[in-house]
Amino acid sequence: MTPSTAPAAPDLPPPIGIVGPIGWLRQNLFSSPASSLVTLVMGAVLALVAFELGRWAFSEARWGVVTANFRLFLIGQYPMEAAWRLWLSLFVVSTLAGLSAGTAGGTIRTLATWLAAGQALLAGLAFLSELGPVVSGALLVNAVVLWVAFFLKLGRFVPRPALTWAWLLSIPVSAVLLAGVGGTPLEPVSTNLWGGLLLTFLLALVGILLSFPFGVLLALGRRSSLPAVRLLSTAYIELIRAVPLVTVLFMASIMLPLFLPGEIRIDRVLRAMGGITLFSAAYVAENVRGGLQAIPSGQIEAAQALGLSTYRMNRHIVLPQALRSVIPANVGLFISLLKDTTLVYILGLLEILGIGRAVLAQSQWFGAQMEVYAFVAAVFFVLCYTMSQASYRLEEALGVGQR
Amino acid sequence: MSSQADRSGEAAADIIVARDVHKWFGQLHVLRGIDLTVKVGEVVVIFGASGSGKSTFIRTINRLEEHQRGEIFVDGIELSNDVRNIAAVRSEIGMVFQSFNLFPHLTAMENVTLAPIRVRKSPRERAEQLAMELLNRVGIPEQAHKYPAQLSGGQQQRVAIARALAMQPKIMLFDEPTSALDPEMISEVLDVMKELALSGMTMICVTHEMGFARAVADRMVFFDQGLIVEQGPPSQIFGNPQHERTVQFLSQILH
Repeated sequence: MTPSTAPAAPDLPPPIGIVGPIGWLRQNLFSSPASSLVTLVMGAVLALVAFELGRWAFSEARWGVVTANFRLFLIGQYPMEAAWRLWLSLFVVSTLAGLSAGTAGGTIRTLATWLAAGQALLAGLAFLSELGPVVSGALLVNAVVLWVAFFLKLGRFVPRPALTWAWLLSIPVSAVLLAGVGGTPLEPVSTNLWGGLLLTFLLALVGILLSFPFGVLLALGRRSSLPAVRLLSTAYIELIRAVPLVTVLFMASIMLPLFLPGEIRIDRVLRAMGGITLFSAAYVAENVRGGLQAIPSGQIEAAQALGLSTYRMNRHIVLPQALRSVIPANVGLFISLLKDTTLVYILGLLEILGIGRAVLAQSQWFGAQMEVYAFVAAVFFVLCYTMSQASYRLEEALGVGQR
Repeated sequence: MSSQADRSGEAAADIIVARDVHKWFGQLHVLRGIDLTVKVGEVVVIFGASGSGKSTFIRTINRLEEHQRGEIFVDGIELSNDVRNIAAVRSEIGMVFQSFNLFPHLTAMENVTLAPIRVRKSPRERAEQLAMELLNRVGIPEQAHKYPAQLSGGQQQRVAIARALAMQPKIMLFDEPTSALDPEMISEVLDVMKELALSGMTMICVTHEMGFARAVADRMVFFDQGLIVEQGPPSQIFGNPQHERTVQFLSQILH
């Protein structure tokens, strides 16, 4: 005889009000009379603010201040007849980003997506501005090339080492394109003329790319068994961390020329890059040191027992574990580095915020502070948000915290 | 080296010679004059109370700890401050730790192939082939592509043994390899060690697994307070211990 089961009660649908949107509203916004009151008051305030903001943004705001000065915001006083070199350099980077993104992990994909979206956005603004359809078209082409290479996974057809070399090569190529070389068709463009988003972007990029390896070396130096190396690294880190960035930039702008012989002049942009890099490296070093300290001594003993040299041990055992645990802290640091690039006004450089102030000094845009600062804030938000998204992808890829 | 010449009549040569080894941790005198000679192919089990200096001593053999007096020769190379000597000695010695010390960011396979590829410069394919053979030998070929965190303690320790063997060492040091394991996993590690001992590997094991010692040790060495108090074949240590401290210690761990 087969055992018979008792007839099961039929599944009833849950009563309306515990699932779905109504359920969500009830649980989260109207769970008690007090909660309902708070919801209604906050909702009213939010609606009012949104309405006022919208009314201002769409009827009162003179966005003309942005479009009329869009060239300044984008590239400063970089001469228009040489601007094609910027778009070409961006084209190179966009192409490589597209090739890499098609076959790479989430971090590069995120960065590439934002690079494409950012350029598309700028293309739109350029179209509305005095820059006109040519510049807009160039930026749009970059974005499209990036997307196409990304989606068709064109990176498949390029050997990985070739792509790596192309990336490395893109740095000097971009530098030559931007700065130019005397006596060639690429006329030199003085860095005094660089400005706006171009300058902000370059300062942050160079600062991040250089301060990271330098900071890692300092962190290793601080834990070195050689007393001289340890002492110098510690002294450097402590000295820099005891000084505000403004002071470092002052040093770079006023003191450095005094120490150097008269005929040696270091370019102002290079000085700013140097100052930001040297400053940021000390903080990177302290972050990385935290990661290094978290490595159990057994890891080092096992590496030594296997006969790995100190270099190999750091390269293959210590740093991969230490660095992945300090990604969140380092990205936080790099986001603040990006925002700190605004301090280069001390050197007389006009990055995007400086351009904003310069634009506001024009008599016809008197009183357009809201518009200018809202635009600059939006640009910084996009850049910082990109970095933080990329860092989440990087954490996922490296499995932080789920070891 | 005179000791090798002295014993030239015997079948096996001395591969580890330690003479009057002293070691201090700050003021603490932890090794107080250790003399120990190990022959090629010999399996030596070191036992003794915790704090008796047994782990410290085997860690001086591959220079994870520095000795401050006396001399240690491994395969004729003296362990001094000369970095090249240290590197040469380490390349002849494999070590297995109490807490496994696998590299958590690398798979079992990558743990095993890292040193052959980076230190011995062996081609990746050859290294992976050797690694598969070794993982087979320790009985976990199917775990090759897992990360240490996905393996049981016994499996991790067997990967650690394979990792040490991948450098094709002449000597294996085991520092309490089963002390951190759950009881049901101890035997799987001991089986691998027994197989290794029978294959003729020179081994020094710090362990309290007396069954293992009785089965495969050629010699047992009892450490007490930084000194070797007694040594001899297992039959003597278990059957007719000479020293009062040995008797006392054995009675504590065998009951």
